[in-house]
Amino acid sequence: MLEYLTFILACQLVGEFVVASTGIPIPGPVVGMVLLFVFLLSRGKVPEPLGQVADALLRNLSLLFVPAGVGVMLHFDLLETDALPLSVALLLSTLATIAVTASVMVLLTRRRTASDETKD
Amino acid sequence: MQELRETWVYLSASPLLHLTLTLAAFVLASFLYRKAGLNPLLNPVLLSVVVIVALLSLSHTSYDTYFDGARFVHFLLGPATVALAIPLYRQFDRVRESALAILVSLVCGSVTSAASAIAIAWALGAQPQSIISLAPKSVTAPVAMGISEQLGGIPSLTAVLVILTGIVGATLGPLVLNGLGVRDWSARGLAIGTASHGIGTARALQVDELAGAFSGLAMGLNALATAILLPLAWRLFF
Repeated sequence: MLEYLTFILACQLVGEFVVASTGIPIPGPVVGMVLLFVFLLSRGKVPEPLGQVADALLRNLSLLFVPAGVGVMLHFDLLETDALPLSVALLLSTLATIAVTASVMVLLTRRRTASDETKD
Repeated sequence: MQELRETWVYLSASPLLHLTLTLAAFVLASFLYRKAGLNPLLNPVLLSVVVIVALLSLSHTSYDTYFDGARFVHFLLGPATVALAIPLYRQFDRVRESALAILVSLVCGSVTSAASAIAIAWALGAQPQSIISLAPKSVTAPVAMGISEQLGGIPSLTAVLVILTGIVGATLGPLVLNGLGVRDWSARGLAIGTASHGIGTARALQVDELAGAFSGLAMGLNALATAILLPLAWRLFF
């Protein structure tokens, strides 16, 4: 398991290196995710210990956002001044984004499913 | 008594105290969340943040001191993002089947997110700095902070708004999807991941692996789409 944890960290490290040296506007870990994904494609399966490390990391993914969330204490002033516009915009915009994304996806996949059915 | 105080002074300066506090608050919050039948309003991230902020304020502890301990948890965000390749790979056949639909839905969602946030905040009279800091709210925290900084916002305010967006999406998103009658796990995951990044993905992974994979994919793609589109649009309009 340790070798795969090291492997995940190495993917991230290479990702950070690529971002720092090319200046592409993507975070290093996302590049690392792409690298790991390409590795999995070339292997054709997920090695079991790698799956275990990933599941352990992802099972408690929400915990990892807590330290950044506590940073709210630094911005009580600005949050107070703009409390109403920020909270209304954040709430409505987030729900609108979910509604739009899901609706477009359902629309596009339903049409494809329907044409698949006519083909059969 | 004197000895006890010295021990406290020593411990409160060591990273161990705030690392333990972070984990303990989250364990407690998760317990309450499960006890309450996964009530969305008791979201564990929200609950732990409230508890920790209250304790830090009461003990007059600065965020820097807290973060010295919490950084070990924060650090794992990077490796966890890399690890999202695994659920994505496991569901790759489903993703490949609807690649075009995914891309179109994602761009629509990404544009809706930034445009509606800017329009509503502006219409309600928010400060320009707050508006910029809010615009990349649906993008995963490290990227959103980079975008915000690039456009003249406040990165740490963006981080907070990103977390709040994640909590709103993860807690209220399923209600919107139920209301719209969206039952397909791939569409649900894609929507949650586009709007509410890793916090939404964490929630989606708990419910269904297919939804989790689409959510993780949407999170990565939206980070990419917003990082490219938002600065371009901003330069065009302002």
